Amino acid sequence: MTSAITATGLRKSFGGKAVLDGIDLEVAAGTTFSLLGPNGAGKTTTVQIMSTLVRADGGEVRVAGHDVATDPAAVRAAIGVTGQFSAVDNLLTGEENLLLMADLHHLRRAEGRRRAAELLDQFDLADAAKKSAVTFSGGMRRRLDLAMTLIGEPRVIFLDEPTTGLDPRSRRMMWQIIRGLVAGGVTIFLTTQQLDEADELADQIAVLDHGKVVATGRPEELKRSIPGAHVRLRFADVAGLDAAEHVLGGAFRHEDTLTLEVPSDAGATAVRALLNRLGDTADQVDAVSVHTPDLDDVFFALTGHPTTDTTAEMENTR
Amino acid sequence: MTTMAFTARDSATMTRRTLRHAVRYPVTMIVSVGVPVLLLLLFTGVFGGALEAGLGAAAHGAYVNYILPGILVMTAAYGSSVTALGVNRDSTEGIIGRFATMAISPAAVLSGYVTSSLLRTLTSMAMVIAVAFGLGFRPAADATQWLTAAGVTVLLVLALTWLAVAVGLAAKTAEGTSGFTLLVQLLPFISSAFAAPGQMSESVRWFAANEPFTPVIDALRGLLAGTPDGGTALVAVAWCAGLALAGYLWGRALFRRDLNR
Repeated sequence: MTSAITATGLRKSFGGKAVLDGIDLEVAAGTTFSLLGPNGAGKTTTVQIMSTLVRADGGEVRVAGHDVATDPAAVRAAIGVTGQFSAVDNLLTGEENLLLMADLHHLRRAEGRRRAAELLDQFDLADAAKKSAVTFSGGMRRRLDLAMTLIGEPRVIFLDEPTTGLDPRSRRMMWQIIRGLVAGGVTIFLTTQQLDEADELADQIAVLDHGKVVATGRPEELKRSIPGAHVRLRFADVAGLDAAEHVLGGAFRHEDTLTLEVPSDAGATAVRALLNRLGDTADQVDAVSVHTPDLDDVFFALTGHPTTDTTAEMENTR
Repeated sequence: MTTMAFTARDSATMTRRTLRHAVRYPVTMIVSVGVPVLLLLLFTGVFGGALEAGLGAAAHGAYVNYILPGILVMTAAYGSSVTALGVNRDSTEGIIGRFATMAISPAAVLSGYVTSSLLRTLTSMAMVIAVAFGLGFRPAADATQWLTAAGVTVLLVLALTWLAVAVGLAAKTAEGTSGFTLLVQLLPFISSAFAAPGQMSESVRWFAANEPFTPVIDALRGLLAGTPDGGTALVAVAWCAGLALAGYLWGRALFRRDLNR
């Protein structure tokens, strides 16, 4: 198995504050790798260094076999980048944006037109081809941005929070497109704040917190390590709470909200089994809710502190 | 293809892109021609008589002959303001970041801005000159003097454009370019554009006589009147070349700077 991206001891600080504090990553060619973390964790900085936009203070990064510090031109020729903020030319139409990229990749005119038409079609943008990008919705703009990235047929694609701010339908569509790309053999480096997105797309996940990788693994490995999934039972009074706690045992009791948290895998079968165990006491349950692990749980489990946005400013200043 | 040829081709692509912006959104073009024409009409029609009397022999008859070089400098200033805003928009919207992650030389991206800006501004100037002819502009320059004047003009536009590109890259918001915009639009008023510095109050006079636009305006005026002054022209060329080089070096340094400084 060959590596498409390797980072060793990657360091970067801005204004004396360490944003990346010794990152080691390895991404196998033809797989999807997800860097998961809250705002300010250093995700964007990592992408910026790997895509030659920002110089690292220390460590080594190789992308598609080339060192980003000593041979950035070769890296640029192999990669495509779609950032958090769509980098499309708002004053041009969808088609013109794609043809601009085709020209910059030195495709023949006919070849450029063919690729542009293909991508417009594939990304459901054919109707918007002749419209100025400034009129596009967030989802359309993001799709156009990714289509522009694909014109040059990059082998490694960086997607920096590709679905942040998108509605659920556009998000699903983006996921579909990303899966299609991996099927075509490219390597995807994806950053996200959402565990479900990493879960859905990634072969391998690294969790980034305050510039350090706090965990790596396949999605199922990570989720298994998180004791986040539980069923929450709310009762009308303390008597019900006491009765249920006695029957179930091992549940976590919240006196003030009259709720019990029962660790469970949160599937339908598990919920039914739980209610069966309660027997008659189930009549005293006011409400049942199912809680699946999210990024906050991952963070709490891995770092012992909740996700915070205190350093969000750093990442978003461009 | 060699690297040079790729750079030239990318530069042409980038030039086409920005020229397309200008053609598609002609408002900026209309403003950058309209404002200088308005000033031309204002100064010849409203203040012309009074100012001409003050200038005496220096005006060589029609006041429009006297002020046209200054108006042309202002046209270049407006053109560069449009460029600064355009570069800043591309920089803040992220498309320059996209170009920076692609296998394109910075020279191609930057020279694309400069070439399109040069073409746009020279077109504006041609329109302003056409209006000036209608208002009685009668130059006495021969072919060589016209060519030299054109050369000085191109150098001036290059200088202002390179500075505009750097300012556009440096500013974090569109408002950030306003300092430059205001400066280049106001400086011609405190120069020899509309009145001879000799008639200004003492402190203003020193500034007007020594600021970069004055030698450029004087050199153009001399050339168009058929009475060129080699010394002034050299000072003008030196200023333009110096400013162009400063803008070029600054812009090049900014293109691949750390985005998160």
